[in-house]
Amino acid sequence: MIEYATYFGFISIGLAVLMNLHRLIVGPDSINRILALDTLTINTIALFILFGIWQGSSTNFEAALLFAMVGFITTVAFCKYLLRGDIIE
Amino acid sequence: MEFLIELLISAMIVVGGVFALVGSFGLSKLPDLMARLHAPTKATTLGIGGMLIASILYFAFIERTLSVHELLITIFLFLVAPVTAYLVAKTHLHKNRDRQDTAQFQLPPPAGTHKAGWATFNKSEKQSRTEIR
Repeated sequence: MIEYATYFGFISIGLAVLMNLHRLIVGPDSINRILALDTLTINTIALFILFGIWQGSSTNFEAALLFAMVGFITTVAFCKYLLRGDIIE
Repeated sequence: MEFLIELLISAMIVVGGVFALVGSFGLSKLPDLMARLHAPTKATTLGIGGMLIASILYFAFIERTLSVHELLITIFLFLVAPVTAYLVAKTHLHKNRDRQDTAQFQLPPPAGTHKAGWATFNKSEKQSRTEIR
C-alpha cells in the first residue's frame, strides 16, 4: 500500500514541478521567477524524501537538508539583490 | 496494527502530494504576485510537512530506526517559509512602488482610523537622523 501511495506522491510532485517550471519560464518579472524557484526547491525536497521512503534508506536526508538551506539562502540573496542592488553591504 | 500504520503512512503521503500539487497549481494559475504568494508558502509547506510525518512514521515503525533528520528539515522549512514570503512581498512592493497608476500595483489604503501608511515605505531611523544633521 505504501508503494502505491509513493507512486501517487511521485506523480503529483512531478506535476507540481512541471507547473513550477511553467511559472519559472512564463513569469512576467524576476520576482515571480524567484518565487517559482523557491517552490521548486521545496518540491525537490519532497521528492528526495519520497525517494527515501521508496528505497527504504535514510541517506537522502542529508541531501534534503542541504537543499533546504541552500534554497533559502538563494531566495534571500536574490531578494536582497533586487531590493538593495547588493547582497552583503 | 501493522496495517493501521501502513494506512496512516500512505494517507500522509497522499495528503502531502495533494497539498504540494494544489500549491503549485495556485502558483501557476493565480492572477498576480500577491495572490500567487499565498499558494506556495502555505499549501506547499503543509504538503512537505505531511510527507515528513510519513517519513518519520515509516522509519520509526517499519525500518525500526529512529532518525531526527526529518524533524530538522521540518523545523527549518516551517521557520523559513514566512521569512521567504515576507522578503518576496517586500521586494515586490519596493520594485513596483512607482507604478501606482496601474490598478494591478495599486496598494490598498491602511485600514482603521489611524493615519499610518505602509511601514516598509517609511524612512528608517538612521535615514531620518542623517537628514536632520
